[in-house]
This record gives sequence, structure tokens and C-alpha cells, in this order.
Amino acid sequence: MDATLKKDNLLVSVSPHVKSEESVSRIMWTVCLSLMPALISGVYYFGPRAALVTALCILTALFSELLFKRFVNADSTINDGSAFLTGLLVGLNFPATVAFYIPIVSTFFAIVITKQLFGGLGYNVFNPALMARAFALITWPRAMTTWIEPTAKFIGVDAHTTATPLGILKEDGLDKLMAVFGNASSMYTELFFGHRAGSLGETSILALLIGAAILLYKRYITWHIPLSFLGTAALLAWVFGGKTGLFTGDPILHLLSGGMVLGAFFMATDYVTAPSLKAGQILFGVCCGAITMMIRLKGGFPEGVMFAILIMNCFAPIIDRNFKTKVFGAKKANKDKGK
Amino acid sequence: MSNTKTNWQLVREGILTDNTIFRMAISLCPSIAVTSSLRNGFLMGAAVLFVQVMVNMTVSAMRNVIHPKIRIPIFMLIISAWVSVTDMGMAAFAREAYRQMGLYIELIVAFASILAKAELFASKNKVVPSMFEGFGMGVGFLIALCIISFFRELLGRGTLWGLEIIAAKPLLIMVLPAGGFLTTGLLMGFFNWVDMHYFGGKGAGGASGH
Repeated sequence: MDATLKKDNLLVSVSPHVKSEESVSRIMWTVCLSLMPALISGVYYFGPRAALVTALCILTALFSELLFKRFVNADSTINDGSAFLTGLLVGLNFPATVAFYIPIVSTFFAIVITKQLFGGLGYNVFNPALMARAFALITWPRAMTTWIEPTAKFIGVDAHTTATPLGILKEDGLDKLMAVFGNASSMYTELFFGHRAGSLGETSILALLIGAAILLYKRYITWHIPLSFLGTAALLAWVFGGKTGLFTGDPILHLLSGGMVLGAFFMATDYVTAPSLKAGQILFGVCCGAITMMIRLKGGFPEGVMFAILIMNCFAPIIDRNFKTKVFGAKKANKDKGK
Repeated sequence: MSNTKTNWQLVREGILTDNTIFRMAISLCPSIAVTSSLRNGFLMGAAVLFVQVMVNMTVSAMRNVIHPKIRIPIFMLIISAWVSVTDMGMAAFAREAYRQMGLYIELIVAFASILAKAELFASKNKVVPSMFEGFGMGVGFLIALCIISFFRELLGRGTLWGLEIIAAKPLLIMVLPAGGFLTTGLLMGFFNWVDMHYFGGKGAGGASGH
């Protein structure tokens, strides 16, 4: 920069001249912060090993990002927080008891293959954290579906393996699930506070909602995707979820269990892999909810949030193309002539 | 257009610079479908090698009697005939392998690479260069399938040609279709990288289409 220009205050840069404080890294770090309640609840319920798994994921993510950027001689992007966020999300998606090599390999896969090989942040087709989970679930199915009962005791953990509520629902039906929790209202309470088996970050709905409230308040995410996602899933669960006929299902159970809340607020709303226009986002959310419930009610897996979001990630560019905003002043005749 | 390259050059091109899978990125279907074990990958490659050489020779020998306007249907007939020969030959002499891959052997008819070689080279050149051309392409294909299936079987099952190498199954995903895409893509990227860094190539392949 020319020193004289700076001194005389004559330097004029190109527009925009008034910028907001927001930046990619600021958003990323805020999302990380908003996931802290979920992480804390995971550590509270599943013991220090939950923190260890998450830390391992974060370290692997940062290290992979650094290594790849060094390998291709590009500027380091490690400070923008996106690798940290991916690592954190991968960690929250694993059961706390998982063997340590699984999160390491999966996070490496998420950063290097899903994100960097497609061009880095902003160019990845699929949500890296969910790809890590899908990769791990397909490669090590046994390890990824061995859940332990939450203990809420920090030392002297005596872990029992058990199934997730959705797993019980799939294998043994609703009656068995009721027997586990006692009655419906205590089941809802337990599920809401996260006292159940599951991935370490998905169980506590309360903690996730605190984080989601921060993001909504800061307007980093809008209501369009989460609400349409959860709304569609609840509607389909109510209509088709019951054993005795239509309109007898339990939507609250389906909303509170599995990775529904974590997926709807933190995964499906990823800027890169979701449509960017409001109308498209609603379609995206509706389709995510529908696919989730299809897998949960009719598919082979007990949980479908991950697959639903990954499938819809493919369609995000197509959705965006078909929900173009109207160009100001453009005439319809011109548009027809173009075809 | 007559060919000015030596036979050796033709073979070398088929294996390296014009490798069907890693450089031209065509006929990718078998590279994913049959490469979950080294044995299947090798047999598929050998079948394609045989079909390619025979098709190239037949087309080349008949090139002066095929009317240009109906050449593609004629090529298809020739290809189907040789694929049927391979199919029946395998059914007779390699029953166990045929039971696993019979469907994919029949699919060789639809391979873009075989028709492309017949149309672009064999129909314009003499029999001997065509034979070497087909041989080079077939060997390149065979090698590519063997490399892919080597990694997939080793990592996915811990075995090679059915023999146990690693006691565990390190990465189950590798024998699933997703692993086929991953392996093919990563190897293609690796060969492009080698080409760009050590041989000054531009890094061809299907990915960099522009």
C-alpha cells in the first residue's frame, strides 16, 4: 500500500464500503459454540470417553485439513473454523464407546475426500460430517450400532449395552419401548433431556434446542429447513406411524428420538449443501422429512436422517436452479425467446 | 488415414497414454461392477482383451467390404459374435467363474471402448496394426482392472485371489459399490498427478473435460 495515500486518507477501495461484521469464520465458530451444550450433555450422559472421541475427531479434522493444504501447496484454511466444525459434528454423531481408529479414519475421509477433493469449503456436494458417519456405518456396522446406556455418573462407569429407542421401536415395537420407559409422559421427558442410548451429541433435545436458538437469534439459519423437515416428519409419523391404522402414530416420539433435531438444525442447514433460496429450502426440508420417515417406518435401518439429508444434498443444486428468483425488470417474452 | 505408428507404439499407447479407464474414462461400468475381487477383475480384463483383439482383427479384415453407411450395425454384429464366443467358451471351460460373472461378460457388447476402437482404428487400418492396437488397449484395460480389484479385495476382504493376507476386514466399504467409485476415482487422480508431476502431462481423464 502506498504510504502517502494512506496518510492523506485518499485511498478509496472498491465497494462495498459498509460491511457487516459477519464472516465465514465468525459463523463457523459461532456454530461450534452453539453445539457446546450438546457436547456437554454428551459428556454428562456418556462419560469422559465422549469428550475424548470428539476431541479426536476435531484434531483429525484440523490435521487432515492442514496436511491436504500443505500437499497441494495452498494457503492454510485451518483458521476459518470449518474443519473444526466438521470434526465437532462428526464427533457428536458417533457412539461414545466407538473404537478410536474409527473416528480418525472417518474424519479423514470427511475432510479429504468429501470436502477437499471436491474443491474445499463451498464446493463440496455432500455434508462432510454426515459422509463420515455414513462411511463409518457402512464400514464398521457392528461398532457403529453398539450403544451404551447413559449413566450420568462421571467416575466408575459401569456401561450396559442397549438399543436406541428407534432400534427398540423397529425390532420390538412400541409396547416394549413403553415398558422400558414406564409411561408415555416419562418417555417424552427422558427423551427431551437426553437420557437414552444414542450418538453422543444427538440425545439431549434440550441442549440442541439451546444451540439452535442461538443460531436462529443470530439469523445464521432460518426456520425454513428445520421447520419443514420436522413438520413433514411429524405429519408422516402421525399419519403412517401407528400400528392400528392411519392417524394413530406418535409424532412426538419420532421428533424426540434419533438424530432428527441435530440433523434438522445443524446438518440440513449447512450453507454449502442446502439450497440457498427460501422456497427451495422448504422443498428441501419437506423431502428430507419424507425420506427420513420412509426409512424409519419402512426401511431396513432404524434411523434415516443421515441418508435423507445426504440424498437431498444431491438435489440441492437442481432445486436451486428451479427456484430462481425473478430478475428485476426481466420480461416474460425475453425468457420465452431464449428457449 | 493410414497409420504411421509402429506396432510397439500402439501397444504402449493403449496401456499408458490412452488407458481406457484411467485416461479416457470410458467403460467404467466393469471397473466398479466386477472388481470386488482380484480374480473376477482379472478374468473380466482377459475376456475384454480377447474380444477387443478379435473384433479389431475381424473389422480390419472386412473393412473394404463394409458399406460406410451401415458400418455401426455391422460392427455391433461382429462384437456380439465375439462376445458370444467368449461367453460360451467361459461357460464351457471356466464354470465356477462364469457362474459369478456371466452377466457381466454379456455386457461387454455394450462397452464404448470396443466400438470406439473398431470405428476409430480398425476400420481404417490393416489387420496387424489393428491387432496390436486392440492388444494394447486390452492389456491396459486388464491392468487397470487388476489394480482396482487388488486394492478393493485387499482392503475390503483382507484377501488376494481368495488367499488370506490380512486376518481382519479393514474397510468393508471397499467391496461395496461405493468402494468401486472411490478406488477408481482416487487411482485416476493419482495417475493424473503422477503424469503431471513426472511426465509433464496435462492430466487428462474424464474429470477435466474442459
